[in-house]
Amino acid sequence: MSTLSEQILGAPAGDYVDCPVDRSYVHDGTGVLTLEAWRAMQAGVLARPDRCYVLFDHIVPANNSVTAGLQQDLRMFAREHGLNFTDVGEGICHQLMGEGIALPGEIIVGADSHTCTLGAFGAFATGVGATDMAAIWAEGGTWFRVPETIAIRLHGALALPAEAKDLALTYVARLTMDGATYRALEFVGDGAATLSIDSRMTLSNLAVETGAKAGLFYADGATCRYLEGYGHHARPQQPGECCYERELHIDMSAVVPVVAVPPRVDTIRPVEEMEGLPLDQVFVGTCTNGRYEDLQRFSAMVKGKRVKVRTLIAPASRNVLARATGSGVLSDLVRSGCTILPPGCGPCLGAHQGVLGEGEVCLSTANRNFRNRMGVGGEIYLGSVSTAAASALAGALASPGAVR
Amino acid sequence: MIIEGHALCLGPDIDTDVIIAGRYLRTRDRSEWARHAFEDLDPTLSSRLEGTVILAGKNFGCGSSREQAAIALKEAGVRGVIAPSFARIFYRNAINVGLPVIECECTCTDGEMVRADPAAGKVAIGDRSYLTRPLSPRMREILSAGGLVSYWRGRR
Repeated sequence: MSTLSEQILGAPAGDYVDCPVDRSYVHDGTGVLTLEAWRAMQAGVLARPDRCYVLFDHIVPANNSVTAGLQQDLRMFAREHGLNFTDVGEGICHQLMGEGIALPGEIIVGADSHTCTLGAFGAFATGVGATDMAAIWAEGGTWFRVPETIAIRLHGALALPAEAKDLALTYVARLTMDGATYRALEFVGDGAATLSIDSRMTLSNLAVETGAKAGLFYADGATCRYLEGYGHHARPQQPGECCYERELHIDMSAVVPVVAVPPRVDTIRPVEEMEGLPLDQVFVGTCTNGRYEDLQRFSAMVKGKRVKVRTLIAPASRNVLARATGSGVLSDLVRSGCTILPPGCGPCLGAHQGVLGEGEVCLSTANRNFRNRMGVGGEIYLGSVSTAAASALAGALASPGAVR
Repeated sequence: MIIEGHALCLGPDIDTDVIIAGRYLRTRDRSEWARHAFEDLDPTLSSRLEGTVILAGKNFGCGSSREQAAIALKEAGVRGVIAPSFARIFYRNAINVGLPVIECECTCTDGEMVRADPAAGKVAIGDRSYLTRPLSPRMREILSAGGLVSYWRGRR
């Protein structure tokens, strides 16, 4: 028997394989370098343009004329060569690929490290750099070393106010920032079935923060129902007896709200121990926590109240924004004093829309708190949506238990 | 391929934001990335990279998939990077842009002469020598072609 990665890649761990790529994607950041490498290769035509996606999300809309020019070049290329293209305002690449495009069993490669997010659907999804992607445009496939797998065995269910993000930070802290380097993670156990698709995406999203190549869930009834909504008839994947390199057991009912303390994502502390830390900004969004479930949770906590600190909210996609508009979630957010950013990555990578100043402290629902990432001299604490809501209301780091 | 240069010692978990910050990515000017390499770690470092072999701690290049990180080091004149482990995307990117990378756990003193053969998995630092896992045959071919673009064009 084999792990899910071995099943999908068709070879045992340690083997090198050449595989066709079912779907590949770039964004406005990595797409520019991919296009440059592709032109240098003089490949002429793309092997399977209908399987390639160009999704603008990193600096949208463009922040200056240089960015605008680079984006226009890529936009024209995508249109001329027949790649699937989504422009400014549609949303984050991983989210859009997760809205009915990524399917169980597929091999998906993205020119972005958080491509592992799509492991939530039982796909083998991994990130590469621009030149690797250019070769995929040209050839329609690439090479992989089939990874060994670490199982994250989840037991029980989360107990409020803990949420998927707290569970994600907890497993990252236990594995550490390089504990799964060159490996795949598989989320298994009875606890996995209790998680919504949005929550699974949050868990898969952080896999790369442990160095992992992919972070997979087996497609189950919930996956199939979700994909049914997009017109797909997917079938559940069956976990077999397989050989994991190691297993990490997590009792989900014991998970508590935590924050990752800068500048490391694997250094976590219970929020309760950090309460009162003054904040300059709260940011909710990204491929980690910008989905409808997240916006809804945040608005339920701040509704009818007023945030006490600069609070930025970036929906992960236009669909998320539309749903929040229809349900009243958006208006609750606006009335409580939040600033709504266009669907996209927002200030996560420190390029625009909420860059931190020297000495400023941000609580973010994103996935990275590297030094200076959101602005020179700024500090980033990573936490859950509920922690963000409680903290926005307090103007300082606060435990979500008190607000609920 | 033999790489030679003076050792530049760095710590563990050097992330791609530290190698080249997000605020410098949106350009086609590669020298811009070289000029700002490691700026948030030590603003004087980029001017001292020419002719060095970086000897880093574990997990070098973790974080983003930005290929600009590998390009910045190559453009700045870094001859190669040696570390006990690399983040996998950075590792592939480095080979793809023709920057030699070697997985090796070795002790480092700044300025010592480093001589290494990535294909054979041999590293010599000062008077110490190390044997390590050689690159896979395909990576060796990509690296000796000078990167994936020229490797790909050469195969057609």
